[in-house]
This record gives sequence, structure tokens and C-alpha cells, in this order.
Amino acid sequence: MRDVFVKTLEKLCQSDSDIFLLTGDLGFKLFDSFREKYPDRFLNMGIAETNMIGVAAGLSFSGKKVYCYSMIPFLIMRCFEHIRIDVCYHNLDVRLVGVGGGLVYGLEGVTHHAIEDVAIMRSLPNMTVVAPGDPYEVSECINVSVGHKGPMFIRLGRTGEPQVHRSVPDFKIGKGIVVFNKGNDICLLASGTMLYKTKITSELLLKKGFGVTLVSLHTIKPLDEVLIKDCAKKHRSIFSVEEHSIVGGLGSAVGEVLSEIRYGGLFKRIGLPNEFSHYVGRTEYLHQKYGLTPQKMANNIIKLIKGPSNTPL
Amino acid sequence: MIYMAKAPHIGSSFSIVEILVALYFKCLRISPDNCRDKNRDRFILSKGHGCPALYAVLAHRGFLSSNILKGFGCNGGTLEEHPTSDLTKGIEVSTGSLGHGLSIGVGMAIAGKRDNNPYRVFVLLSDGETEAGFVWESAMFASHHKLDNLIAIIDYNKIQALGRIKEVIDLEPYSEKWRSFGWEVREVDGHNFAQIFSVLEKIPFRQGRPSAIIAHTVKGKGVSFMEDKLLWHYRCPDEKEYLRAIRELE
Repeated sequence: MRDVFVKTLEKLCQSDSDIFLLTGDLGFKLFDSFREKYPDRFLNMGIAETNMIGVAAGLSFSGKKVYCYSMIPFLIMRCFEHIRIDVCYHNLDVRLVGVGGGLVYGLEGVTHHAIEDVAIMRSLPNMTVVAPGDPYEVSECINVSVGHKGPMFIRLGRTGEPQVHRSVPDFKIGKGIVVFNKGNDICLLASGTMLYKTKITSELLLKKGFGVTLVSLHTIKPLDEVLIKDCAKKHRSIFSVEEHSIVGGLGSAVGEVLSEIRYGGLFKRIGLPNEFSHYVGRTEYLHQKYGLTPQKMANNIIKLIKGPSNTPL
Repeated sequence: MIYMAKAPHIGSSFSIVEILVALYFKCLRISPDNCRDKNRDRFILSKGHGCPALYAVLAHRGFLSSNILKGFGCNGGTLEEHPTSDLTKGIEVSTGSLGHGLSIGVGMAIAGKRDNNPYRVFVLLSDGETEAGFVWESAMFASHHKLDNLIAIIDYNKIQALGRIKEVIDLEPYSEKWRSFGWEVREVDGHNFAQIFSVLEKIPFRQGRPSAIIAHTVKGKGVSFMEDKLLWHYRCPDEKEYLRAIRELE
């Protein structure tokens, strides 16, 4: 995803001389071509992320469109108050492009995991939060972001994510994409790095005879309430799937909408528990442990649907 | 204004009055007519709590009407106790959370350099706020990028909220700190117009380096019973004190 981000941005630079790319000394080799072509618009800010946010704000005050790149813990968690005041309060065109959403940097440990970022960014006034689900969505998101007014947090995985869409989807900020609509039993709402695994999950469920709709809810804020309400009308059960703590992320956002419309069906958040991982392992291993593999998700969904309706989830 | 609103920070406002007057009436290429002009000089009050002084100077400079001033610090009013960005009012950046102003100034200064636009960026900081580590991130970055269009002015009144700077976290050797971060430093008496004018005329002090002006000031300057007193960081004058202060200032 990150290579798609840089390539797309590099292309956009040809026609837009206001684009700036700032990095907190991360992205080894990633920016070589960008840097060579646009040395005046690339700044390595060093390991000083709070200054990066302030400088981005200053550049944006001066009419620049600024993309700040780093790993999510350093870009988002470390800089929260600077993002709040310098960027959000002034409603500036600053894009925070964070890599390593969820457990993508599994073996690097908890300091490099990102399971709370969507929750805190979603709470900020003026902030738009997008977690593209495949490389197509990344490039479209970056294309659209150039003209977007106000701050954005763009949550990426890492690299080598498979495509989910067959071709370039119709990507609009704040509008979910129905990947396929094959029945009304189960609706799966997925965001970001979980989109591909959720697609495999839905294929498993289809094989078991369930009718399934898969939606990419790439934009977590503003949430596509119209689409969620429509899904609620048509489906007996809804599951949100995210590589983020179930506290405050996509699932919470969807739950807020469903509870206010008195959704009568089954709703369950699938994601990470609100705990620091105490496992050591790569992303796949951690996903196994937390039940985020397609097989485990499919089994859990079936168990919930078949269980008595008054059983606690 | 502070008396009417029962607001804090009178001492921190009085220590920067001469600096602001010098900037707005002698130095800054900014006026109500060019407040959105791309070429205007930028001024950031990083010590946002000193804004009553800024509001008063902006009013005298024609940015704020007396009606707007009257709306300071009251319900349904116009001006908060920390400034909110509004170019037509002459307020470039919203501040109040200490330590943020310098990095925003750095961003503006880089943009100026890249666009070959000759504007200058002035940031007025308090001494206490330079205890924040990220101020020094900005300081390091500014000199590395040779931002000689950036000027930091430090209101060195030597008192912060809970005590004397020296007793809280000693900043000395202060000039040396800025110098070792690659800034060209001048020290002035921050209440002496001749000294302030003279140093502002020499900006940038050296080509290729950001300029720092350490202004030695007195908290609560101008009112005998407020001068150099910790109490007047937060205390708001009562009626008697207000009348006495006004007599002294007149």
C-alpha cells in the first residue's frame, strides 16, 4: 500500500506544484524517486514528529498540500495534541499517511502496533479518517485527497496487499463500496487491511449456503450512514471487521448508527481486544491468536448466527 | 480589558507591550489592508496567553474595533483568553497551547523560501514555553535549513506560572543554548524601544541563519506593585488595584 501511495503522489506532483511530502525519517528506499524528481518538495523531518506536524501546518497555512508520512504510533499517538490544534482546529489541508495499521508490524512489538489510532482520530473535529482496503483504493484515495478540504488521516497497511476489487472502484470519501451483494443473511462491513480477509471469509460463508453482502467501508469518518441503514434494512445480521481495537474504531462507529435506528438484527464487532498484545509473532500468527483469519471469522459468525438469540455475544 | 473580563495573565501581557508596539508600528510589513496578502510578514504569538497585549496593539493598529475589544473574555463575546486565528483581525495562528508556534513558523518560513517570497516570519515565545522539548526540534530544524527569514523573540521575564524560571527549570546559559542550535542571537532590554528598534533593523543578523532575540523583560512591567511578582501571572486586579494601576500607567 505504501508504494502505491508514493507512486500515486509522485504522479500528482507533475500537475500540482503545491504538494509537499514530509517523513519522520521512515520509508527506506521508498522515496528515492520522489526525492530525486522533487527535491524541493521533500523534507526528511528527522525523528521529531511533533515538529513535523507543526511544520506541515505552517506549510499548509502558506497554501501547500502536505502529506506527512510515518508509522502510526509516531505519527498519530505521539503527536495527538499537535494534530488537534495545529491541523484540526485550523482545518488545514494536511494528510497524515500512517503505515502499520493494526498488527502489520507484528514482530516489532507493541511500540509499533497501532490499535487505537482510528478511535482517537475519529474523535477530532474536522478530521476525515480513511482506511483503504486494497491497492486500488489506496491510489484512488490519494487521487481524491489532493482536492479534499481539511485534514485527513489515511491509514495504510504496509506492502504487498492483494487487490480485492477487479478494477478501479468508484471511490468517494464518505461512501462505502459494495464489493458484492449475494444475499440477505449476513452483511460484512470491512475496512482497511481486513478487507481482503473479509472477502475470503464471505466466500467461505457463501459456500456454507449463507447469503452474504460484502462492503468496503474505507471511510470511517464521515461514516456512510445511508449505506449502513440500507444494509440494516436488508440483512438479518451485520458484522464489522477491522484490524483495530473494537473500542472506538469502525465497529463502534457502525454500532452507534445501528443502535440509534433500533436495529433489530444481530450485530457484532470483529476486531482486536482492547489489550496490548502479549504474543510474539508475525502478523499472520497474531491474527490466528486473535481470531482474525478467514476460517476463524467464518466459524465465529456461523456460531453466533445459529446460537440462541438471547445468548450474550 | 483584563479587569472587565476578570481574566488572568496580566503580568505576561505587560512584559511584551513594547515588543509588540515595536513590531506592529515599525517592523512588520502587515496592515489591515494587506492582511491576506501572500507577501505580508507573518507574526505568531506563540505565548498565546499574552494575547490581551496583542489585542490592544492590534486595535491601535486598526485591526480590531473597540466593539470587538469590548467582547474580550465574556459570554457571547468576540475574543477568547487565547487567540483564535482570524486574518481580518490580524491573528495569524490560534495559540494557547505552549510550544506550538515555532514549528508552525518554520513551515511558513520554508514555504517562503521555496516560493522565493521575501516575507519574514516572527514568532514571540515565552521563556517558560522553551522548556518544551519540541521547541528545540523546531530550533534544530530551522538552522539546518538555513531559515534566515525566521525570527524568534523570547520574552525572558524569568517567571513562569508556579515560580521563578531559575527555580523551576533553569534555562541558563540561555543565549548559548540558542547559539549552539545554530541561531544568531542578540539580547536586548525588552522595554527599551531604542534597543528593540535597533535590533529589528538588523534582521537577519547573519545570512543563512535564523535570528533569535532574547528580550530581557519584567513581568507586570509598568505597574509598580505587579512588577516581577509571581502573583500577577494569574491574579486579576480588583477595583482598587485597577484604579491604582491605571493612574500609574497614565
